[in-house]
Amino acid sequence: MNFNRKHLLGIRELEASEISHLLDTADSFRDVSKREVKKVPALRGRTVINLFFESSTRTRTSFEIAAKRLSADAINISVSTSSVNKGETLLDTARNLEAMAPDCIVVRHAMSGAAHHLARMGKAPIINAGDGSHEHPTQALLDALTIREYKGRIEGLKVAIIGDALHSRVARSNVHLLTKLNASVSIAGPGTLVPDEFAELVDNGLRVERRIEDAIEGADVVMILRIQRERQQEAFFPSMREYAVHYGLRMDHLKRAAPDAIVMHPGPMNRGIEVSSEIADSSRSLILDQVTNGVAVRMAVLYLLAGGARNDADEKGH
Amino acid sequence: MDFLEKARIMDSARINRALARLASEIVEENHGAGDLYLVGIRRRGVPLAERMADKIADLEGDRPPVGVLDITLYRDDLSTVGAKPIVNRTELPGDIESRNIVLIDDVLYTGRTIRAALDQLIDYGRPRRVQLAVLIDRGKEHRELPIQADYIGKLVPTKKSEIIKVMLQEFDEEEGVVIVERPATETT
Repeated sequence: MNFNRKHLLGIRELEASEISHLLDTADSFRDVSKREVKKVPALRGRTVINLFFESSTRTRTSFEIAAKRLSADAINISVSTSSVNKGETLLDTARNLEAMAPDCIVVRHAMSGAAHHLARMGKAPIINAGDGSHEHPTQALLDALTIREYKGRIEGLKVAIIGDALHSRVARSNVHLLTKLNASVSIAGPGTLVPDEFAELVDNGLRVERRIEDAIEGADVVMILRIQRERQQEAFFPSMREYAVHYGLRMDHLKRAAPDAIVMHPGPMNRGIEVSSEIADSSRSLILDQVTNGVAVRMAVLYLLAGGARNDADEKGH
Repeated sequence: MDFLEKARIMDSARINRALARLASEIVEENHGAGDLYLVGIRRRGVPLAERMADKIADLEGDRPPVGVLDITLYRDDLSTVGAKPIVNRTELPGDIESRNIVLIDDVLYTGRTIRAALDQLIDYGRPRRVQLAVLIDRGKEHRELPIQADYIGKLVPTKKSEIIKVMLQEFDEEEGVVIVERPATETT
């Protein structure tokens, strides 16, 4: 099995076997970050551009470290220093960057579909690092890698996703990935943030719950979503305090989950709102493991997409 | 792919005898098994390294540690191959610093795999010495880099159009070494 796509735009269009191949490859890349010399020559002489139109600490750093550990040159462009401030369109910016012959462009943008737009109009392989409320494929992959690491599998697990699904590209990518790999997913939050129609996102394997307790019942994995204040132009709930009371995850909720349930959060965390500090800092919480696995996942994706020649030469022997 | 089998040059017993001889040569050259550390190159170098370690244990009482090297990320043809080769794990337990490493692979041909393995090994530490043991050496005339084996199971001069197939029970239905001919239309 191989991964022969030019771009990574979302999880929805991937086959289960492609997802598994990405995860297996990422598994092998974990080793590189544990070495004293954290660098392999696989992408020597290649250039990766990180084009970020939204603020990001984790994802941008993670892509940059991943590129550097593969010996690629990583160039970071963030919106505050770019000519977007001078009125340039997204496509013009991308075309100008392409004129400098990068081997891959990693893009994050507030508009859903931004990465698809660049993939359709441009030449370079595009990796979607988050487009609006649409998809964030590398986040779903690193979550899956973390689940596999602790649970040994995805298939048959019960996963509860709690919080602001409406605005969450992390939720969408995760729902696609987990259901493709045959986990059963419940998603819970207030009706304004988890509308009933959300269940139609995939053909089967997804349930919408109103009460956080119902979603968590027997769950092997609890994924908490960040309240995305920056995407909420209207009032989706009365106050942060009220949200925290009804939908903030606390230790007593976890009693309903499987005894060895794990807790995940894509970061950045709003402590005391969607998750209590007690949980965030407990041994159940894999939040930092997720970050570690993020580098391995992005190395795998860059290796598979930015590697170069796209013909079908055979593998070379001895 | 219709490969034509031209000759069967080793069976299971011969492979076993060759490994036994290599094990005793390695022990003799390194004055015992004390600082030895065997490193098998994926895939077929790995079971060969394990078997060699067993034989050294029989001779010396000490079984040297065995590591596994996946050289994919160090290949020099990554930017020219189309589909990306599968990356597997590298596992070098303990420390290779100041050890006498013996790299083990099934076939030595162009030498490029060994170049990749050497570069990778150095990224993990500074061994005192690195030696190379192979089951089959296809001959110096095929070498594309200045690399030679220190321990050779069998020297088999071959043509470029021929392929050496090493079959081991860990991966294959049978055990043995055969020479097969590549169909004329295919290129290297």
